[in-house]
Amino acid sequence: MDIVTSLLLESIKASTPLLLATLGEIYTERSGILNLGIEGIMAIGAFTGFFVAYTTRSLPLSLLAAATIGILLSSLHAISSITFKANQTVSGLALAMLGLGISSVAGSKYVGLPLTLTLQPIRIPYLASVPIAGAFFNQDFLVYFSLILSIFMWFFLNRTKYGLQIIAVGENPSAADASGINVELVRYLCTLFGGALEGLAGAYISLAYLPGWIDGMTQGRGWIAIALTVLSLWDPLKGILVALAFGSIDALQYVLQPYGIPVSLLNSLPYVVTIVVMAVATILLAKRRVRPPSALGTPYIRE
Amino acid sequence: MRVKLEKRVQISKYEIIAVRIASIVLALLSIGLLFIVSGIDPFYAYSVILSGVFGSTFGISEVIVKSIPIGLCSLGLSLAYTAKVWNIGSDGQLIMGAIFATWVALFSNFPQVLILPSMFLAGFIGGLVWATVPAFLKSKYNVNEVIVTLMMNYISLNLLDYLLSGPWRGHGVFNYPITDEFPKFARLPSIPGTRIHYPTLILLILLTFLILFVMNRTKFGLEIKAMGDNLEAARISGIDTFKNSLIVMMISGGLAGIAGVGEAAGIQYRLIRNISPGYGYSAIIPAWIGGFNPVVVLVASLFVSALFVGGNIAKVSLGLSYGLINVFNGVILIFLISSEYLVGYRVRIEWT
Repeated sequence: MDIVTSLLLESIKASTPLLLATLGEIYTERSGILNLGIEGIMAIGAFTGFFVAYTTRSLPLSLLAAATIGILLSSLHAISSITFKANQTVSGLALAMLGLGISSVAGSKYVGLPLTLTLQPIRIPYLASVPIAGAFFNQDFLVYFSLILSIFMWFFLNRTKYGLQIIAVGENPSAADASGINVELVRYLCTLFGGALEGLAGAYISLAYLPGWIDGMTQGRGWIAIALTVLSLWDPLKGILVALAFGSIDALQYVLQPYGIPVSLLNSLPYVVTIVVMAVATILLAKRRVRPPSALGTPYIRE
Repeated sequence: MRVKLEKRVQISKYEIIAVRIASIVLALLSIGLLFIVSGIDPFYAYSVILSGVFGSTFGISEVIVKSIPIGLCSLGLSLAYTAKVWNIGSDGQLIMGAIFATWVALFSNFPQVLILPSMFLAGFIGGLVWATVPAFLKSKYNVNEVIVTLMMNYISLNLLDYLLSGPWRGHGVFNYPITDEFPKFARLPSIPGTRIHYPTLILLILLTFLILFVMNRTKFGLEIKAMGDNLEAARISGIDTFKNSLIVMMISGGLAGIAGVGEAAGIQYRLIRNISPGYGYSAIIPAWIGGFNPVVVLVASLFVSALFVGGNIAKVSLGLSYGLINVFNGVILIFLISSEYLVGYRVRIEWT
């Protein structure tokens, strides 16, 4: 395998947890709810995925468990920010702390244990042998799943009645309410759906990207996904591109390492890039017509 | 039966306090449920934590020790949060304060008497500089400050790693990632028998009242409160919102930087990787409990500090991980902010 293909292979792997989390947040934000708790949901999803795979030796079960725990944790955010109209920024932060905390407490006995059962690549015949682009066809189940899901989510959002309801709720909840859409229900569903994907995103890290469990193994990817949501312009298809771009930074770190740049400084690269990109995206967005969902972050109170 | 919510017209101070205390109690009870799930008797757990924290002078003195960095960070956050500027970067700003102060302690050639004051000044500037990036991006371009401050936290940790793994690693420390110890004249004095570095504590108390004054008795204080109520209205009424949100973020960064000086010069006497075990994140809670009122925030910092000390005890005697503190923080915060809605409404149950 040539260097370009192997780098691409690595970038796609690194981008998958980012893509899953970003997709989840796109739907949550399109419905008007800002969930800053992704880092915590991913952490607890990563531990749950690892734990269930370790004890039951079943990958389907462990993915299901990770998605379920993601739904459970995000339901706390849904309750506080939708039902209790709480401050969404702070509620999301609380969720992040809670998820990081619970995974650290529950996982302390499992740190560093070897996980033999991991997500394995499924080679797609013929396509996988295509030079360079073949890297997309020699991946594991969740990679294929997340790519197909992006397309499906784009279609559902823009081409179906329910998708348009989500957009309506995020843009103008009182008009949506007047037209008979259950604003709170749509927001609940979108927040819980986002939680499920973010739980899976975490499980991808512990089952495929860095198999095993280490405290804090999400390493800020949950926060980066929030920046990527802005960068994707809340569009699931563009989500693939931005996630891939950020995934390649992970791979780039391996390339740059032999050139004598200290590892501890190289590790900052994704964070620095996130700040720069987030700033550039926000500034450009302000000048264009694309903007965040109008009702993002504001609770809906029926007058 | 129907449950109805009615908007309250007036809410007394005591009602607010009662609801906040009730939500903290509920949060602690819910964490008790988590203890049960993890197979620990919650009564045993809480009694171990309580007796560890309040059963000895050492426990109590440690609560004060940890309330210094938490209080300093929380004070700055209260200022920023009043203006609805969500600085989550106290932890990184604290680290930068410690880094700047360490440079003064180990590598500057300042006269000995000037070392400690210079360390405080350098630490303040370190935290302030670190907050400038998110502050500028937020106030000028409205870039989400939560994400930028968090990214700055990760970057400051990596910078700390870099310094400790090479350039600043001590000579007599084998391969440990720590610096040499500070010289005697670069260390803060403590109350004998405790680790309470009282100069920082006094500074914290003075700053609390200074910020109380600024918030309630100055034009700047009124302006940031107006910004917190309604940013757009504040801007229209002629308030320089750009300048003000820049200032609150930078001051809150500077205060976190001072917390870093206290930790390096008053507790560790050197720079270590774990200079902040998450003080900057925990500091969010007292700001919220205290409703951004500096004096109440200071008292609430003691409470959160007790949780911190309790978390340490749980780590040693119950074998729980340090993450327990995060669990406490997260649950309490969720209950606090959810209760705010209930304060504004009266729950009425109609039996028909």
